[in-house]
Amino acid sequence: MMRNFQRLLLPFLIALAPLPALAQVDAPAAAPVVAVPTADVPTAGPSYVPAEAGFGQPRGSYDLQVPVTPIAREAQAMANNVLNPLMAATAIFVLILLIWTVFRFRASANPVASKTSHNTVVEVVWTVVPVLILVWIAVPSFRLLANQYSPPKADLTIKATGHQWYWEYEYPDQGGFSFDAVMLTKAEAEQRKSPDLLDTDNRIVVPVGAVVKVLTTSADVIHSFAVPSFWVKMDAVPGRVNETWFKVERPGVYFGQCSELCGTKHAFMPIAVEAVPQERFAAWVAAKQAENGITPPGVQPAASGQRPPQIGVAPMPAAPGVTPSTTPEPPKPTPVAAAGAVTPAA
Amino acid sequence: MATPSAYAGTADHAHDHHDDHKLGFVQRWLFSTNHKDIGTLYLIFAIIAGTIGGAISGIMRLELAQPGIQYLTFFTQGNLDASYHLWNVFITAHGLIMVFFTVMPAMIGGFGNWFVPIMIGAPDMAFPRMNNVSFWLLVPSFALLCGSMFVEGPAGFNGAGTGWTVYPPLSTSGHPGPAVDMAILSLHIAGASSILGAINFITTILNMRAPGMTLHKMPLFVWSVLVTAFLLLLSLPVLAGAITMLLTDRNFGTHFFTADGGGDPVLYQHLFWFFGHPEVYILILPGFGMVSQIISTFSKKPVFGYLGMAYAMVAIGFIGFLVWAHHMFTAGLDVNTKMYFTAATMIIAVPTGIKIFSWIATMWGGSLSFPTPMLWAIGFIFMFTVGGVTGVILANAGVDTYFHDTYYVVAHFHYVLSLGAVFAIFAGFYYWFGKMTGKPYNEFLGKLHFWVFFVGVNVMFFPMHFLGQDGMPRRIPDYPAQFAQYNQIASYGYAIMAVGMLIFFVNLAVSMLGKRRVEGNYWGEGATTLEWTLSSPPPFHQFETLPVIK
Repeated sequence: MMRNFQRLLLPFLIALAPLPALAQVDAPAAAPVVAVPTADVPTAGPSYVPAEAGFGQPRGSYDLQVPVTPIAREAQAMANNVLNPLMAATAIFVLILLIWTVFRFRASANPVASKTSHNTVVEVVWTVVPVLILVWIAVPSFRLLANQYSPPKADLTIKATGHQWYWEYEYPDQGGFSFDAVMLTKAEAEQRKSPDLLDTDNRIVVPVGAVVKVLTTSADVIHSFAVPSFWVKMDAVPGRVNETWFKVERPGVYFGQCSELCGTKHAFMPIAVEAVPQERFAAWVAAKQAENGITPPGVQPAASGQRPPQIGVAPMPAAPGVTPSTTPEPPKPTPVAAAGAVTPAA
Repeated sequence: MATPSAYAGTADHAHDHHDDHKLGFVQRWLFSTNHKDIGTLYLIFAIIAGTIGGAISGIMRLELAQPGIQYLTFFTQGNLDASYHLWNVFITAHGLIMVFFTVMPAMIGGFGNWFVPIMIGAPDMAFPRMNNVSFWLLVPSFALLCGSMFVEGPAGFNGAGTGWTVYPPLSTSGHPGPAVDMAILSLHIAGASSILGAINFITTILNMRAPGMTLHKMPLFVWSVLVTAFLLLLSLPVLAGAITMLLTDRNFGTHFFTADGGGDPVLYQHLFWFFGHPEVYILILPGFGMVSQIISTFSKKPVFGYLGMAYAMVAIGFIGFLVWAHHMFTAGLDVNTKMYFTAATMIIAVPTGIKIFSWIATMWGGSLSFPTPMLWAIGFIFMFTVGGVTGVILANAGVDTYFHDTYYVVAHFHYVLSLGAVFAIFAGFYYWFGKMTGKPYNEFLGKLHFWVFFVGVNVMFFPMHFLGQDGMPRRIPDYPAQFAQYNQIASYGYAIMAVGMLIFFVNLAVSMLGKRRVEGNYWGEGATTLEWTLSSPPPFHQFETLPVIK
C-alpha cells in the first residue's frame, strides 16, 4: 500500500524535487572550491545535482529503494507484487496451520492420537501446488532476466575499475579520459549535503535517458559495482570484463556501495552516479576533455552530441525542473574551474 | 517406522556398566573409542566453539548498534584501519566457527555419534578409532583458526579478513601474511575430520543395522545423517582441492586463480560453492531428522509420509549439488546459466515444502504435548519456513541482482541456520539431555530459554530483511546513517538472545548438579526409537545382544 502511494507520488516528486534541489546548485558548487586548498581530495566536477533524500540512497525504510530505471521498475514490481505477497502468504499460511494444529490437537483437547501416517491425495497436493506456484513465479522471473540481458544499443560506455579502495572510471568513447572516485570525508560530505559514506569526490556523470553500458573490472581484488536504485550489481573481477547497463529516467544523484568484500576499507568505496540533462553532460565531457588535454575528434558535437536520440529522451517531468538550472548556466564554468584546481589528481 | 520388538536386551544392561570399565580419564576421554563418549566430546566442543563464535558476533552487533566506529578501536589501540580489518577478521571467524566448529560438530559429531548407532541397533560406530581421530582433528583445526587471528594477514594487520568464502585474489595477493595459510590448513584439517566422520557414518549405517532394520525402517534422523554423510563425502574433497590450489597460488607460484598468470578467480568461486551449497544442507539436514523424531514423539504419532520425508531429504541432497552458482549471480554469469540456476534453486522448495507440510501433518490428529524440545521443534518449523520463502525470493536471479550481498541475504541464511539449525540443535539437546546424562533438565528454565531466545533472534534478524531491502551491503563495519534504526533494533535483539543463552547455561549447570535421575523412556509412548529401550544414560556398551526389529 505504502509502495503504491509512493508510486502515485513519484511523478510529483520527480517534477518537484529537482527544482529546489537544482536551485541550490551554486551553494554546493561553491563549497568544495573552498575545501580544495585544505583537502587533498580533488573536487573536480562538483555536484551539478545535490543528493536528494529519498532518491538514489537508502531511506531508513523497510522498503526497496525508489527505482529509477525501467529494469529497476520491472524487478521491483516482480519483488513487491509477485514474490513478497506470495511468500508472505506462504509463511503466514504455515503459521496459521501450525497455530491451529497446536491449538486443536493439544493433548487436553485430543487425548487419543490418531494413527494416520499416509494420505496420498494430500501428499500429491502439497507437491503439485508448490510446483505450480514456482512455475508461475518463473515466468516473470525469466522475463525479467531476459530483459536485463537484452540492453538496447548503448549510447555511452563507462569502464569502472575497482581498486582497493576506490573506483576508477573511464569514458572510452569520449577520448578515454578517466578519473578516480574516492569517498568523501565526513566533513566534505556535510559540506556537499551528501549522505555520509555514500558520496565520492568525482561522480560518474551520465545523460538522463541514455543507455549506459558499464564495463566492470578490477586492478587488484574482486569488487562489485552496485547501484540499488538502478537494480545494477556486477562484480569487478581482475582479468575479466563484465558488462551491465542502465538507463536512468530522472535526473539526480544515485548512490551505491561496493558489494563484494575487498579488504580493509570495503565499506568505504561508494559509487555515485549523477544523471544530468544531455547539454550538461556535453559540457561536463568538454570540461573533462579540456582538463585531460584531449582534443575532441572532429569538433565538439562529435564527442557527445553525436547521439541525436537522446535529445528527445528526457521528456519526463524532469524537464521543467532542469530548465532553471540550465538558465543560470554558469555551472558550466564552475566544474571547469574546479577541475582546473584539481589537475594533480589526474 | 522402526518399532523395536519386545526384545529382552536391555535387561542385561540394567546394572551400571561404568563400573566394569574402569577407564582412567586419559583413557576414556583422550583415547576414546566409544561413540557416546566421542559424541559427548563433540557436544562440549561445539558449545565452547559456539560460545566463542557467538561472542564474536556480540562484538559485531555492538559495533553495528550505531553508525561510526565505537568499539573495534578498543582492540586496535585506536587505529581505524586496523579496526576495519579486524571487522573482516571477525566476520570470517564468526562464519567459519559457526559452520565448521559449532553446527557441524553438534549435529553430526554430537547427536550423530550419540544416536545413530543406538537408533540402528548397533553396539558402536563401524570404525571407533577413526571416530576418535575425527574428533581430535577438530581441536588442532580450531586452534589454527583461532591462532590465525593473531598472525599477520594483509601487510601490517593481523588475521584473515577474507570472509568464510576465502575468495581470491583477496585471500592470495590481498593477504600476503601467514594468517590465510593457517586458516586454509585449519579448513583442510576440519575437512579431513569430516570426511573420516562421513565414511564412518556411511559404513555404520549401511553395514551395522540390527536384524530387521531395513533402510525403510530406519528412523528419519538416521536417514538425515546418511544423506548428510554422502554430501560431506562428495563435497568436501572439492573444497579441499580448491583451498589446496589457493595454497599453491599463495606459496608455490601457481596461477590457478590469478588472472595475470592465466588463471581465473571465478573458478575458485565455482569450486567453493560446489562445496558450499551442499555444505549448507549438511548444516540443516540432521536438524530435519531430529525435528522429525521430536515432532513424532510429542504428537504420539508416527511421522506422516515417512517415505516422502526420507526421499525428500535425498532429493534435497541431490539437488543441493546442482544449484551452486546461485551464490554467484553477480559474478558475471551469462543469462542462460542464470536461468538454469534460478530454476534449479526454486525446485528445492518442493521437497522442502513436503517436509514442512509433513511435519504439520504429523502433528495433525496427534495428542500434542509441549515440553521444551517440542517448542524448539515447532519454532524450527516456522522459522525455517520464513528462511525458506526468502530463499525462493533470492533464487530469482533478476531479483537477486538487488539483494545479492546485502543484509537480506544475511537475514535469509540466519533464519535457516541461526533460527533453523540452531533451533534444531537445542531441540535435540533438550530431547536427549536426559538420555545422555541420566538427569532431567529444568523444564521451566528450558521453556524460558526458548521464549527469550526466540524473541531475541527474531528481533535481531527480522529487521535485517528491511536493511537489505533498503540496500545495506553485508560485511561492513560502518554504514550510512539511514541504516541506523534497524541496526539498533537488531543489536537489542542480540542482547535479548544473549540473555537466553545465559539461561541455557544456568539450566545446564542446575541440571548437571542435580541429583534426580530419569528413567529409560522418560517421554512415554510417543518415543519409539531404540534409544528409549535403553537405560538413561545407556550402558557403556549397548546391544551386546542385537535387538531384532519386526
